[in-house]
Amino acid sequence: MTLALLIEQLLNGVQLGVMLFLAAAGLTLVFGVMGLINLAHGSLYMTGAFVCAWVAGSTGSFWLGLVAGAAAAAAAGALVEALVLRRLYDRDHLDQVLATFALILVFSEGARWIFGPQPLWLDVPAALQGAVSLPGGAAYPTYRLAIIGAGVAAAVLLWLLIARTRMGMRIRAGESDREMIGALGVNISVLYTAVFALGAGLAGFAGAMVGALQSVQVGMGEPVLILAFVVIVIGGIGSIKGALVGALLVGVVDTLGRVFLPMGFAAFLPPSEASGVGAAVASLLIYLLMAGVLVWRPKGLFPADG
Amino acid sequence: MAETATPPQTRPETRSETRHGPAAWREPLVSLALLALLAGCAIWADAAGEPYYVNLASRIAILAMAGAGLNLALGFGGMVSFGHAAFFGLGGYAAGIAAHHAMNYEPVFAWPFVIEASDQMPAIWLAGMVMAGLAGLVFGALSLRTSGVYFIMITLAFAQMIYYFAVSWPAYGGEDGLSIYVRNSFPGLDSYDPLSFFALAFAGLLATMGITRVLMSSRFGAALSMARLNETRLATAGIRPFPIRLTAFGVSAVLTGWAGALYADLNGFVSPAMMSWHMSGELIVFCILGGVGRLAGPVAGAAAWVLLETFLGGATERWPFFLGLALLAVVLFFRGGIVGALAGKPRDG
Amino acid sequence: MAEPAHAPALAVHGLRKAFGGLTATDDVSLDLRPGEIHALIGPNGAGKSTLIGQIAGWIAPDAGRVELGGEDVTALDVAARARLGLGRSFQVSSLAAPLSARRNAMIAAQARQGSSFRFLRPVAWDRGLREAADAALARVGLSPRAQVPAAELSHGERRLLEVACALALGPKALLLDEPMAGLGMEGSARLGDLLEALKAEAPILLVEHDMDAVFRLADRISVLVAGRVIASGSVEEIRGDAEVRRAYLGED
Repeated sequence: MTLALLIEQLLNGVQLGVMLFLAAAGLTLVFGVMGLINLAHGSLYMTGAFVCAWVAGSTGSFWLGLVAGAAAAAAAGALVEALVLRRLYDRDHLDQVLATFALILVFSEGARWIFGPQPLWLDVPAALQGAVSLPGGAAYPTYRLAIIGAGVAAAVLLWLLIARTRMGMRIRAGESDREMIGALGVNISVLYTAVFALGAGLAGFAGAMVGALQSVQVGMGEPVLILAFVVIVIGGIGSIKGALVGALLVGVVDTLGRVFLPMGFAAFLPPSEASGVGAAVASLLIYLLMAGVLVWRPKGLFPADG
Repeated sequence: MAETATPPQTRPETRSETRHGPAAWREPLVSLALLALLAGCAIWADAAGEPYYVNLASRIAILAMAGAGLNLALGFGGMVSFGHAAFFGLGGYAAGIAAHHAMNYEPVFAWPFVIEASDQMPAIWLAGMVMAGLAGLVFGALSLRTSGVYFIMITLAFAQMIYYFAVSWPAYGGEDGLSIYVRNSFPGLDSYDPLSFFALAFAGLLATMGITRVLMSSRFGAALSMARLNETRLATAGIRPFPIRLTAFGVSAVLTGWAGALYADLNGFVSPAMMSWHMSGELIVFCILGGVGRLAGPVAGAAAWVLLETFLGGATERWPFFLGLALLAVVLFFRGGIVGALAGKPRDG
Repeated sequence: MAEPAHAPALAVHGLRKAFGGLTATDDVSLDLRPGEIHALIGPNGAGKSTLIGQIAGWIAPDAGRVELGGEDVTALDVAARARLGLGRSFQVSSLAAPLSARRNAMIAAQARQGSSFRFLRPVAWDRGLREAADAALARVGLSPRAQVPAAELSHGERRLLEVACALALGPKALLLDEPMAGLGMEGSARLGDLLEALKAEAPILLVEHDMDAVFRLADRISVLVAGRVIASGSVEEIRGDAEVRRAYLGED
C-alpha cells in the first residue's frame, strides 16, 4: 500500500462524502422542518442528472446543463411539494412512505418516457479535464477535485443561509415550533415549498455533477438515497452538521473499505477468493458503522431534538 | 359538570366481547369471500386448462402471505418496517441454496458439522424460517432501539446490507442469482402440478392468517396492540414494550421468510432482486392498499397489485407510471384500503 | 395521627435531578405510609412532574433512591416498578382510544396475572383478566360503560378509567397525578369519596392543584417549591406554616 494510493482513495472517499452530503442535506432539512420522510428524493437527484446531460448534450455547454439540472430538480421538487406532499405533512409516516414510493414509480417511468431507455452520457467540461499531481507522485482527476470544491462551497452557502439569513431563521423556527411561526405571520406553505425546492435543488446539483462520472440512467438515485438514509441515521435526523459529518464518514469508510479490504484478505486467502470475500465484507461496512452508532447513540451523533 | 358516571343503563351483555357494532360480522365475511374467490379462480383456471392463471393465483397467494407476515409487524404492531424484503429473500435463498446443493449431491455445510442438502419443502421452509427469524431478531433488536422515521430508515438500511451482500457474494450466483432447476418436492404431492403448488401456497397463506388471528386475540396480541396504541400505558401496566415488539417482529420475519421460500420455488429462481427495497416497498403497498391491520388486507392488496401489474402491463409499456399515479390517488383520496371500503371501519374495542 | 408501625409503602431518599444548569429535584425525601393519602403540592414549575417521573421510573435520578415496600427499585424500569405494585394515573389521560374501557383495564390486570407471552388462548375467554378489570371498573362506577371505547367516554369518565386501570394492577401504592383536573365540583367530590375508600387498600401519593380537595382528603401534605420540599406535615401544620404561606399559598 503506497501513500499515493491512500491519498487518492481518501480523496475519492471525501468526494463521495461531499456528494452524499448534498443529497442528505435536503432529506434532513425536509424531515426537520416538515416532518416528512421522502423516498422520492433520489428521483430528484436523477432528474438533475438527466436534465443536465440532456441540456449539455443539446447545447454543448456543461455549465448550462449544470444550472439547468439543479433548477429542474428544484422546480420538480416545488411542483411535487405543492401537488402531493403538502397534503401529507399531518399524516403518519406510513402514508408518506406509500406516496413517495408511488412518486418514484412515476419519476422513473417518466424519465424513461421522456429521455428514452438508453443511458445518457455527460462529458467532463474541457476546463476541468486532466489531472493534478498529488504529493506522493500520483495524479488525481481535476474534475473530482472540483466536485469536492463545489460540494464544500455548497455546504458553506447552506450553512450561511441557515445561520445568517431571514429565511434560515424561519427554517430554524419552523423546526422547533410550527404554530409559532404561523402565528408570527410567516406564510408557512411558501416557506415549506421553498425548503423543499432548496433540498431538491441541492440533490439535483449533486446528480448533475456525478452524471459526468458515471452513466446517467433510471434508478441511479436509489443507491444514493439509501446511503443518504444511512448518513442521516448516523448524523441525527434534522441536523445539517450531522449530515455533513455522517456523509464524510460514510464516504471515506465505504471507499477505503472497498479498496483495502480485498487487499487485506489477500494476505491470508488465495487471490481469487480474497477479492470476492473482501468485496462482500466491504459492502457491509457502512451498515456495521450505522449499527455501531445506533448501539452507542440511538438518536445519531448530533441529535437535533433533545 | 356531572359527568363522572352515567346512571346505570340496562345494556345487553350479549354482544361479542371483542367486536361490537354493525361491522362486526362484515370483516370475517370479507376475508372469507376474498380467500374463496382466490381459491375459486385457481380451481376454475385449472379446470379450464389455463396453468398461467393458476400460477398467477399462486403468485397472489404467496405475495399475500409475505404481506400478511409484514402486516403483523406493520399493521398490528405499528412497526413500519421497510426491510421485510430481506426476510423474504432469505427464505428464497434457503430454497435456492438447498436445491442447488441437492442437485449436485453435496452437503450445504461440510464444516464444522455436516448439513445435508434436502429437496423436501418442509425441511427447506424450516431452514428459511429459521434464517429469516434469526435475521429478524438481530435487526429488530437494533432497530427497535429507535422509532418513527429512524425505524423506517434503519430497517431499510439493514435490508440493503443483506441485498448488497448477496450481490457481492459469488458462491451463490452473486448479482445473477440462482436458478432452481428442479423444483423442490413436497411429500405426497406433485409440486410441478400448478394446482397442487397453488394448494401449498394457499395453505401457507391460510396458516399465516390463522397464526396472525390467534396471536392477535391472545394476551400477547393484547399487549402488542397496546404497544402500538399507547406505549406509555403498556409500560405503566407492568409490561415492557420492547420484548413484545421484538417477538412480534421475529414472528413477522419468520412468516415472510416462509413465503419467500415458496416464491423461489414458484419462480424457479432466486436473485438479490427479491431482497431489493422495491420488494420491501411492494410488501408495504400490499398492506396499505388492502387495509393496514386488517386480516385480509394483504390478500386484497396483493391481488390488486398483481392484477394491475399484469393487465396494465399488457395494455401499456408505461404501466409503472400509471401504477404510481393510481397509488398516489389511493393514498390521497381513498384511505382505509380495500378491506376498509368493503367492511367499514375496524372495530377492535 | 398515630404513626403506623409498618414500613412505608413508597419512599424516596435524597432524590436529585438536574437538566443542564436547572435543578428540577433538589434532595427530595418523602414517604407514603400504609393507609394514608399524602398530597404533594407546589406551584407550577416546582418540579412535581420531574419527581413523579423519577418515582414511576421514566426519569433516572442523578442521585438518591426510590423504595417500594422497602425494596430499592431505583435501577428498575417503569414496567418492573408497576409489576411490584406501583399503580399510576396520568395528568393527561393516557388510554388506548379505540379500545373499550374493559380492554383498557384488562391490560393492567394482565401483568399481575402471569405472563404476556401467552400466544394461544384468546383474552376474551380469560375470565381472570375480565373479572379483575370488571371489579376495578365497578369500584369507580364505570361498569355500565365497560364496552364503550375510551374515545367515546366523557372527560370525567376517562379520568375515572385512569384510576380503574391503576386499580386493576392490584397496586400496593398509588401515584395519582391530578386526578381531579377538569372534573367539576360534583365529579371531584365523588372521586374524593372513592379515594377515601381506596387508601386503606393502597396508600395514595396525590398530586393535585385543587386545594379544597387536598385539604379535605390529605392525611399529610408535602410542599414542593423550586425542587425542594420546604414543608411536610399534617394539614394543620401546613396551614400554619409561615414559609408555605409566603412561598406558595400567597401566590397561587
